[in-house]
Amino acid sequence: MNKTTDKAWLILADGTVYEGKSVGAAGTVYGELVCTTGMTGFQESLTDQSYYGQILAQTFPLMGNYGINNYDENTRVWVNGYVMREHCENPSNFRSQMGLEEFLKKQNTVGIYGVDTRALTRKVRTNGAMNCAITTEFPGDLSALLGEIREYKIEMTAPDSPPEIFGEDGFERTVVLYDYGVKDDMIKSLVSRRCKVVSVSPGTSVDGAMMKYAPDGFFIADGAGDPADYAAYLNIVRDIMASNKPVIGIGLGHQLMAMALGARVEKMKYGHRGANQPVLDVKLDKVFISTQNHGYTVCPDSVTENVGAVSHKNVNDGTCEGIRYAPGNAASLQYNPEPSSGPPDTKYFYDDFIDCMK
Amino acid sequence: MPLKNDIKKVLVIGSGPIVIGQAAEFDYAGTQVCKTLTEIGLEVVLVNSNPATIMTDKTMASKVYIEPLKLDVLKKIIMLEKPDSLLPTLGGQTGLTLGMELAKEGFLERNNVKLIGATLDSIDKAEDRQMFEDMLADIGQPVIPSKVVNNLNDAIDFTYEIGFPVIIRPAYTLGGTGGGIAHGMDEFKVIAENGLRMSPITQIMVQKCISGWKEIEFEAIRDGKDNVITVCSMENIDPVGVHTGDSIVVAPAITLADKEFEMLRTAAINIVRALKVEGGCNIQFALHPDSFEYKVIEVNPRLSRSSALASKATGYPIAKVASLIAVGFTLDEIVNFITKKTYACTEPTIDYVVVKFPRWPFDKFVYGNRTLGTQMKATGEIMAIGNSFEMAMMKAVRCIELGLKTFNHQKYSLKTKDELYELVAHCDDERIFAIYAALKKGITPEEIYEITKIDKWFLYKMLNIVDMEKRLAESELDDELYMAAKHMGFLDGTIEELSGQRIKYKRYASYKMVDTCAAEVEAETPYFYSTFDEENEADIFLKKHPSDKKKVVVIGSGPIRIGQGVEFDYCSVHCVNALKKLGYEAVLINNNPETVSTDFDVATRLYFEPLTQEDVESVLMTEKPWGVVVQFGGQTAIKLTKFLSERGFKILGTPADSIDAAEDRERFDELLERCAIPRPAGHTAFTTEEALKAANSLGFPVLLRPSYVLGGQNMIIAYSDDDIMEYMDIITGTKLENPVLIDKYLMGTEIEVDAVCDGESLLIPGVMEHIERAGVHSGDSISVYPPQTLSDEVRGTVVEYTRKLAAALNVQGLVNVQYVLYEGQVYVIEVNPRSSRTIPYISKVTNIPIVELATRAMFGEKIADFGFGEGLYPDRDWIAVKVPVFSFPKLGDVDVHLGPEMKSTGEVLGLDRDFETALFKGLLAAGYELHKAATKVLITVKDVDKPEIVGLAQKFVEFGYEILATSSTAKYLTEHGVKAETVSMDTPEKFAEIVTIFDAGEIDFVVSTSKIGRKPAMLSVQLRRKAIERAIATLTSIDTANALANCLLTHKTVDDLNMIDICKL
Repeated sequence: MNKTTDKAWLILADGTVYEGKSVGAAGTVYGELVCTTGMTGFQESLTDQSYYGQILAQTFPLMGNYGINNYDENTRVWVNGYVMREHCENPSNFRSQMGLEEFLKKQNTVGIYGVDTRALTRKVRTNGAMNCAITTEFPGDLSALLGEIREYKIEMTAPDSPPEIFGEDGFERTVVLYDYGVKDDMIKSLVSRRCKVVSVSPGTSVDGAMMKYAPDGFFIADGAGDPADYAAYLNIVRDIMASNKPVIGIGLGHQLMAMALGARVEKMKYGHRGANQPVLDVKLDKVFISTQNHGYTVCPDSVTENVGAVSHKNVNDGTCEGIRYAPGNAASLQYNPEPSSGPPDTKYFYDDFIDCMK
Repeated sequence: MPLKNDIKKVLVIGSGPIVIGQAAEFDYAGTQVCKTLTEIGLEVVLVNSNPATIMTDKTMASKVYIEPLKLDVLKKIIMLEKPDSLLPTLGGQTGLTLGMELAKEGFLERNNVKLIGATLDSIDKAEDRQMFEDMLADIGQPVIPSKVVNNLNDAIDFTYEIGFPVIIRPAYTLGGTGGGIAHGMDEFKVIAENGLRMSPITQIMVQKCISGWKEIEFEAIRDGKDNVITVCSMENIDPVGVHTGDSIVVAPAITLADKEFEMLRTAAINIVRALKVEGGCNIQFALHPDSFEYKVIEVNPRLSRSSALASKATGYPIAKVASLIAVGFTLDEIVNFITKKTYACTEPTIDYVVVKFPRWPFDKFVYGNRTLGTQMKATGEIMAIGNSFEMAMMKAVRCIELGLKTFNHQKYSLKTKDELYELVAHCDDERIFAIYAALKKGITPEEIYEITKIDKWFLYKMLNIVDMEKRLAESELDDELYMAAKHMGFLDGTIEELSGQRIKYKRYASYKMVDTCAAEVEAETPYFYSTFDEENEADIFLKKHPSDKKKVVVIGSGPIRIGQGVEFDYCSVHCVNALKKLGYEAVLINNNPETVSTDFDVATRLYFEPLTQEDVESVLMTEKPWGVVVQFGGQTAIKLTKFLSERGFKILGTPADSIDAAEDRERFDELLERCAIPRPAGHTAFTTEEALKAANSLGFPVLLRPSYVLGGQNMIIAYSDDDIMEYMDIITGTKLENPVLIDKYLMGTEIEVDAVCDGESLLIPGVMEHIERAGVHSGDSISVYPPQTLSDEVRGTVVEYTRKLAAALNVQGLVNVQYVLYEGQVYVIEVNPRSSRTIPYISKVTNIPIVELATRAMFGEKIADFGFGEGLYPDRDWIAVKVPVFSFPKLGDVDVHLGPEMKSTGEVLGLDRDFETALFKGLLAAGYELHKAATKVLITVKDVDKPEIVGLAQKFVEFGYEILATSSTAKYLTEHGVKAETVSMDTPEKFAEIVTIFDAGEIDFVVSTSKIGRKPAMLSVQLRRKAIERAIATLTSIDTANALANCLLTHKTVDDLNMIDICKL
């Protein structure tokens, strides 16, 4: 039995209240409720920047089975809150450094367990994504809290950190990465292919970057939230795509690239989150299993000839999973091809990028 | 890619009789494949010798041949049917090997038949150890150091290279037959020699033993465009060293971090790609518990037990998808049949935990060697689903039907801590109970891990269950504690028993769906499992899919075990089909992942649940059915009758009271008296003294059995006081709730009938006569339809008695009656007011849909309206011989001697125009070699049998055999004019000489009977074991031996056999 007996509540914008038990930090947190169906990779999900502003629920009932590993002080939880059915008190894995509970406490993450996350998933499936709160103190005035929940909006600001360099000087290629919330594994995927990666903030001018780093290619990385919040950067994205250098984008980067050329992005009812989505690579006529975590999608009908062509699509619902652009030498994917948390079936995307830069 | 246009007619090879290692999972796979290929308009020709399966129903394929699975037979059928393709991947190892042999000989090519679903090259690469290792080396996948050898010396040399312990795996054997782990040279020599002998190509692999590593399996599926997905991962609780069929298995793999998981998943995909499998493939890995080091253990490029489990665990029908791939479709074209919204290229994701628990036959084989290793011993398995591991485990222990509600096993409850350390170290079928007892005694998960290498994650979860027991015993039973216990899977009865308090506010289970997608999209044909969450999805589903049809719940038969085999699943499926046809909603409750009944599209709705009173009642509370059917699920379902009836549920068909009247000795005797039907004289006894008294008053031999038997469980024939005492010792070891029955044993001809009754009149599709006289369990006897030796008068009596019994018991539906004809008089032995093991084959040969008629009779329809007449249905022109099949080589120390306790695991059918040919076919299909391969027959029989063996021996001599016999048998034969060479087993040296003769391959048959058998220490038992382990046909009934000898003397060959398409019967 789980020892923690303090109660916690998950309260949805529609007024539904789930009683559970508290795990991790005490307090009240707000966010958009999203559910992921991945059965492993909870640590990778918790530390995925694109979950910023969201409260993550796991459909798989047993979390933390193998503990937390590769822990260092830079590890950071990005989710606003965490919802589980059960968390494991006695993790078993040779790399486990601590249990999930301790990790959430260290990270000051508010979590709740003992919740029927399948019921939650069914609700989100029916009603669409909605805001929610986790609280360890049941409010006397629920309507006030519901007001807060409904008004909650993810405040997205692009990171504005100084440039950072990864990899070694001797590497054959240099990639400038526009960082909207990059995952470590994206950088690792490039570094392991002998690319020097310079991460810069989204406001960095393309000319300046060209001058300073003489890149062989550009990478517009993933990030969190509604791409419309980043409209201010679309000009720069357009400049990158006009640079005649190979450009790739992933996730939010993919959406911004499509928008920069005039395509439309819309919010999905409840998004794709999991490690089992089948994606058809149109050119190869082959299906790959992908890890996904997105709530917005590029409308395929807006990918006109001027924009380019849909290069990857979701087999189940036909949504756009990748675009090969008409101008320049650019391609983008909606999902995560890097092999961390979930299947590495489509990591060939990076290889193709490297080939383009030769 | 759509259907390939050069495929029009597909030959499908089934897996044959059910044996350990190759069971009902192939009925499930085969049925799914035949249905699918037929649906897309292909002509399907099926060959399978097993009549007990749904797969061999005439509606399953265009042509159905229930013929022996022999190369020559297949060739004959191919010449006759001229198929353009052959699908060899759904008939287990049997189908794959036959398909491969046909291809290798060039026979397929000569006859323009393509192998589909797998190429010869891919089968070879997976099956031939050396090619397998070379292939893995090419793609950089690590294997365990091993060497393929063809003789003992090479094997010994290699062990010096790699050191002990080593595993010995014989090539091309089922379920690892003949393999084992050796820790030293002496042990190694024994296992290696045996393995070489068991392998059809005299080949074993010697492999470094990596016992203690985690055992992880993946089920993957690949299409012709090279798309690959993994359907499911599975983790064996028992680490490497125990055959996966004997392991408790959890899905998904639960102790692996994402990194290990993706590492193995990628390896699986790369292997499937390298093999170019087009269809399903099973990949087994060993993973070091403390590093990323892993090894590939085994790959099966075909449907398997694991693929059946993966299908049921996720909702993804692997066989169906694999068959579509085999004929040209690709994963992105095939719709997910559960959701109907997504595609088969989506990897299933689950939001629950699945536990597979094996069902072993050691409740029957009390002297069997229970140690688990590389050779599979389980006859069946169950699957339990829960949203916690604890709940899934608690359900699992109820599903296996050993009478347990928790992991508390009385065998271990009084053991000391020291004893438990020892017991935990010994890996047998009951180790999990020893572990549970050890945790209760305070032995820590860490200590148990050190001994067993079972991952601590599992042990801590088991400890949670132990802790819950403590809390229940020590705390006040408030609602919170009650619900916490329910979430862990405790039954109400257990909770009250442990806490000594009454439950204040009882809760019934709510149900969640198996939908392949963790609720991401809405499912159309899901199935359900119980939880104690607030939301009841079954209820929501029912409200969303309202129906004005009446609802009927069918109770299934649970795990396959000796005595309750696939036949009962067959009956359940037919009942469901009949109900649907009659306009009802048919809801099924069962927990067997191997069978057709639990396929997603068989019942209107399916509940994967234990079949205990509370579990079943809960389902009924949600479904609120109009009626419940119990008579097709064997003893498992029948035993719920009284309870469900008392709870106010409408039992359809024969009422609960009649079932009691047939099973309660005193009531049954009264009934027989009323009907003036004789039965062998008998008494009941609770104690040894009573038993001895009863036996002596009846006169030996007597038959002893507990009341409420299943497949003759714990049934023996006693010839002396000693036998009675030994038996009563065993039987009184467990709690005796019902008395032991002691009957005069009449050694006459056994006759069996199944009848459909409407409460007044009845229809008997056929009378069956057994070749073996009474004393051999009916399930182990060769059964012949129509009877060959019975007079019209006897048949008339049988019909009349059956009519009276059915009327007296008010049977509405099925009844099975067994009779013995002794000195001209017919006695009734047993009446079972339920389905039986003979229903499938009699349905097939008589062409009467027995289960459908029985179902209609339950609803009040009249026999007269069925169009099959009343009374005994006229005999068909065909002769059908059902021959039992055993799994003895896999069950060490089990005496192969047939008796009143059932021992067979499966059956085959021989069907032809005359009795001799049908018998020949049946024996051939059952695996007997019916030609002279060696030169001798060994005979050793008990005194009472001696007068009968003279004629038998003469037949063998006439066929050209020399007779070897043990001293007294040889003497008797010589005195009666049959030349017999004397051998002896009086001393160990002499016994060894006999074994040497076996090893030299001089013996084709052994005929061995003994007065008392069972105990492995007895020489006669050992002799039979030595023979069976050397694949020498061993006959323990003079009647079987005579039938076989007669068969030999007809000098028939496959050329003489008619290939019979049962669709045309």
